[in-house]
Amino acid sequence: MAEDILHEVTQADYKYGFTTDIETDIIPIGLNEDVVRLISAKKNEPDWLLEYRLKAYRHWTTMKMPEWAQLKIPEIDYQSISYYAAPRKNAPKNLDEVDPELLNTFNKLGIPLEEQMALSGIAVDAVMDSVSVKTTFKETLAEKGIIFCSFSEAVEHHPDLVRKYMGSVVPHTDNFYAALNTAVFSDGSFVYIPKGVRCPMELSTYFRINAMNTGQFERTLIVADEDSYVSYLEGCTAPMRDENQLHAAIVEIVVQKNAEVKYSTVQNWYPGDKEGKGGVYNFVTKRGICKGDNSKLSWTQVETGSAITWKYPSCILQGDNSSAEFYSVAVTNHHQQADTGTKMIHLGKNTSSHILSKGISAGVSNNSYRGLVRVAANAENARNFSQCDSLLLGDKCGAHTFPYMEVNNDSAVVEHEATTSKINEDQIFYCNQRGISTEDAVGLIVNGYAKEVINKLPMEFAVEAQKLLQITLEGSVG
Amino acid sequence: MNTTNNNQSQTLTSPLLERLGEALLTIKNLHANINGKEILKGLDLTVRPGEIHAIMGPNGAGKSTLASVLTGNPAFEVTHGSVTFQGKDLLELAPEQRANEGIFLSFQYPVEIPGVSMVNFMRTAINEQRKYRGLDQISATDFLRLMREKKELVEMDNKLANRSVNEGFSGGEKKRNEIFQMAMLDPSLSILDETDSGLDIDALRIVANGVNKLKRPNNASIVITHYQRLLDYIIPDFVHVLYDGKIVKSGTKDLAFELEERGYDWIKQEVEEAP
Amino acid sequence: METIKNVSVSEASFSGRLEGFEQQYIDLYKQYHEQIKQHSAPVMNVSRNASFGLFEQLGFPTSKLENYKYTDLKESLSGEYGLNLNRLKIPVNPYEVFKCDVPGIHSYLYFVVNDGFYPVNDARNETLPEGVIIGSLSKMAEVHPELIENYYGKLSCTKKDGLVAFNGAFAQDGFFMYVPQNVQLDRPVQLINIMRSDVDFMANSHNLIILGKGAKAQLLVCDHTVDDVRFLSNRVTEVFVGENATYEHYKLENTHTRTTNLSTLLIDQQASSNVLGNIITLHNGVTRNTIEIDIDGENCETLLCGMVIADKKQQVDNFTSIIHNQPNSNSRELFKYVLDDLSKGGFTGKLYVARDAQKTSAFQTNRNILLNKSAKMRTKPQLEIYADDVKCSHGATIGQLDETAKFYMQSRGIPEKEARLLLMYAFTGDVIENIRIDALQDRMKLLVEKRLRGELSKCEGCVICQ
Repeated sequence: MAEDILHEVTQADYKYGFTTDIETDIIPIGLNEDVVRLISAKKNEPDWLLEYRLKAYRHWTTMKMPEWAQLKIPEIDYQSISYYAAPRKNAPKNLDEVDPELLNTFNKLGIPLEEQMALSGIAVDAVMDSVSVKTTFKETLAEKGIIFCSFSEAVEHHPDLVRKYMGSVVPHTDNFYAALNTAVFSDGSFVYIPKGVRCPMELSTYFRINAMNTGQFERTLIVADEDSYVSYLEGCTAPMRDENQLHAAIVEIVVQKNAEVKYSTVQNWYPGDKEGKGGVYNFVTKRGICKGDNSKLSWTQVETGSAITWKYPSCILQGDNSSAEFYSVAVTNHHQQADTGTKMIHLGKNTSSHILSKGISAGVSNNSYRGLVRVAANAENARNFSQCDSLLLGDKCGAHTFPYMEVNNDSAVVEHEATTSKINEDQIFYCNQRGISTEDAVGLIVNGYAKEVINKLPMEFAVEAQKLLQITLEGSVG
Repeated sequence: MNTTNNNQSQTLTSPLLERLGEALLTIKNLHANINGKEILKGLDLTVRPGEIHAIMGPNGAGKSTLASVLTGNPAFEVTHGSVTFQGKDLLELAPEQRANEGIFLSFQYPVEIPGVSMVNFMRTAINEQRKYRGLDQISATDFLRLMREKKELVEMDNKLANRSVNEGFSGGEKKRNEIFQMAMLDPSLSILDETDSGLDIDALRIVANGVNKLKRPNNASIVITHYQRLLDYIIPDFVHVLYDGKIVKSGTKDLAFELEERGYDWIKQEVEEAP
Repeated sequence: METIKNVSVSEASFSGRLEGFEQQYIDLYKQYHEQIKQHSAPVMNVSRNASFGLFEQLGFPTSKLENYKYTDLKESLSGEYGLNLNRLKIPVNPYEVFKCDVPGIHSYLYFVVNDGFYPVNDARNETLPEGVIIGSLSKMAEVHPELIENYYGKLSCTKKDGLVAFNGAFAQDGFFMYVPQNVQLDRPVQLINIMRSDVDFMANSHNLIILGKGAKAQLLVCDHTVDDVRFLSNRVTEVFVGENATYEHYKLENTHTRTTNLSTLLIDQQASSNVLGNIITLHNGVTRNTIEIDIDGENCETLLCGMVIADKKQQVDNFTSIIHNQPNSNSRELFKYVLDDLSKGGFTGKLYVARDAQKTSAFQTNRNILLNKSAKMRTKPQLEIYADDVKCSHGATIGQLDETAKFYMQSRGIPEKEARLLLMYAFTGDVIENIRIDALQDRMKLLVEKRLRGELSKCEGCVICQ
């Protein structure tokens, strides 16, 4: 039972903080057009992609880091980062060829790429540093016409699909980090679900930063063609390092008529130590478009890691009767900062969106919900309900809520509710009176508080998420 | 779990008989404040195994404060006096240690904990108690059996056990849930704080029935109530009147009837007229 | 990897200025600042150059600034406005021509015409309790400099805001009220701002209100425009509410569509004080109300309400900010909008709870009804909370009238139009209920109803309005 997990957990430390000793191919630090060309050349990319990268790079040089978020971001020297790091071995054909150290890494992460996955019925694409290492179940999926592979392979084998959809949801001009990613992205995952196909298993990508002084810039592109369905999971971890590491990813999702995509994330990048040293900067652009009528997109995220999170998984509701959901639990402890939320852009008729955000702040952290609900002038009968709750553990943390509502159509109904409160002392005392210690009581109460969101995750992830919540908050109550 | 050997017989319930055996709970000259205001002003009480004590009194006398202080509610501050429970200084212990020592409070207003299932909550509590007593964790089957058994005791709906703690429970369901938890945790001293308030007659019967079935020679109960009604179902050995932070009168259950008939004013008068 | 220098890059940059509109005013100030000062009081001149310098730096705000996201001043600032820097005599006696009394309200009545305080000649005002001072800010600044210099600009000079800075540079006069310790005004004070000019005109007035410990006052500010020219009013009001004092501020705007009404209300609350703000926009052109309340003492009560009824191309943006700096205070906020035609509404509800402000409870509600396809509403609650032992919540809705309720009424024989009216009226009811002056509340009920019926709510018996 999932709840048992809570009690198994006693380790307060970041348990994914190991590094893996494998040969890595890293290019020198710094960023200029030659570096962009070098990355493209290393991946044997077609000219159109190189041109697209260069266009993005040139645009990026005209942009400034966004400053509107409730975040204190130290100055980042983009010239001191290496923009490409890859395990040196070339694409393995089967598991025997995969670097044993690498397999070990994924085993430590609890991501066996092998038979266990068959049992749990998940196909995994693992991205280490910047390169997709191994995709399981490719053949099984291929029988149904499903494409699930690394982004590089997709560029090689399905260039038309990539070219058609890449940048169609998040253009290279979208924002500073999106432009950067488009210029230097190294790999990522690609999913295509053909018309009428219901993907028989969960698809999953694990992202792992390993090498030092590298940024990770992966791209995920998911296309669900008409009448299809897929559930996609994303997990992230990184080693403990004293320096900050940069992660600037892009996820684009296209949902065609009558199709449905569920995207779940458990983000546990290294958050830095208790004094705020080190940790990953997680600056991610995630956006999906409900392109066709009756399409559906659901984002679920459990954000426990990263020193700084800047992330707004969004949805453009273009098709009539399309719907979108955003479920989020964001936990910050110690010196972590998170500014996260969503955007729901209602364009089609009879569209609906639902936002449920649960923020938990502890230590000296700051946790912000930032969300936009926009109803365009022609979006008849749009509906939105948003609820954002914040829970404060301790008197040195901050919880902030910035919901923007912009309604340009009189048939819309848009509702927002938010509460901020400390953890309820009556609840803690009630648990104490039943013999439960305060620390355990906080764990129970917080997991209860986040349950509505965690229940939206696939089972395996839900267990992981509960553990993470407990670990992240350990030591946060005195 | 009832390992203490106790030779007291079931018949030893009459207060007229000499009190025998070690005291379970001894309260001496207890003073307590909330927000700087003194509520308990020198309270004395001794409870022995096998006894049921009813504490009655007008509103604001300090009845619920006594329950809070005994269970260690941090909102209250003890300024004077001592409380000894099974030979230990109770006031030194954290609320969860007191619980694991065997003190159970049936809350007047049971707290809702959204998202935390009763099953998870109870298992956590039971395992904490077992850990405290040096026992292994309860096995899943034993736990489920225990749940089933105790649910029947208070005629609790299966559905309630699968819901979040007290969330969306009616008043009566919450009180039944308290007695269910009491049955699960098998305390040596249970404190029922206004357990009858807001209960209809059927719920009252079920709750009282649960309490009576849990009664054993080696445990005791303190029943805090404003009305005599509950005492028709749970027969007390002693009835104490708490007024202005002290126990001003003690007697048998006849005292409860007298209070029911005459109200509390004569008590107040007696106290005020006393030298 | 990244070298982390301990430099914050989030230093606010003030790039949001309306380039092009500032220069004429910058030139004007440079040329005439001596005259501006000459026709004002020394106390008001002390910070004038600094305000001007800040304005030069900030310029007029644009919608690119987060705090002005929902205010667009381009059109308003494109006007060629005249300013009365030499304080020429105002050719109107409002006491004679302006009968805009709320029937039955028994008040102390004062006027500010454009941006100058109109000399008092109302017999009723002679009965003011002893020690209470009401009058022209610049005059009183010369009579009681020691009193005013402790307060003037103390709230406004902390604001990095182009409009406030502009006001600091150009404002020469305004309304002044001082209620000494433990004096409680028996009647409301009514301040009528009249915009009167033959040419397009800009007014910059500065009001200062001081309540001593335990004092009590109610102030009703009415904004009216008289002539069919373009008006731009940029007003700053500073209010200091002493310990245990009670202050009620009602702002009632009833101006014409060619008016731009920019108003900044800054309130400082000391311990155990009680403040009610009720900001009502019945009819207007472009309105921006900035209301910032700083709670600087424990055990304060704050209630900030407002409502907007707008149609045609009217724009109303209420930017509110309640800052809890001290523990144990309660604030509530309630704003309602009814928007029709091409009107645009904006609301920002910033709520800030500082680290030390434990046991704060703060609740905010913003509800909006769009009656027309082309009406637009932007709302942005904003909670920034740094204390843990707090209870804070907000709710915002944008929607339409309750169709079921409307149908229910229709099924009882009430015509649809009337049913709509009743529902809208009910919708704004809780804001009106928070008017604690009975005569004003009754009057508002009537005005709101008339307004909702589409009648321009002109004041009865007003000679100028025709």
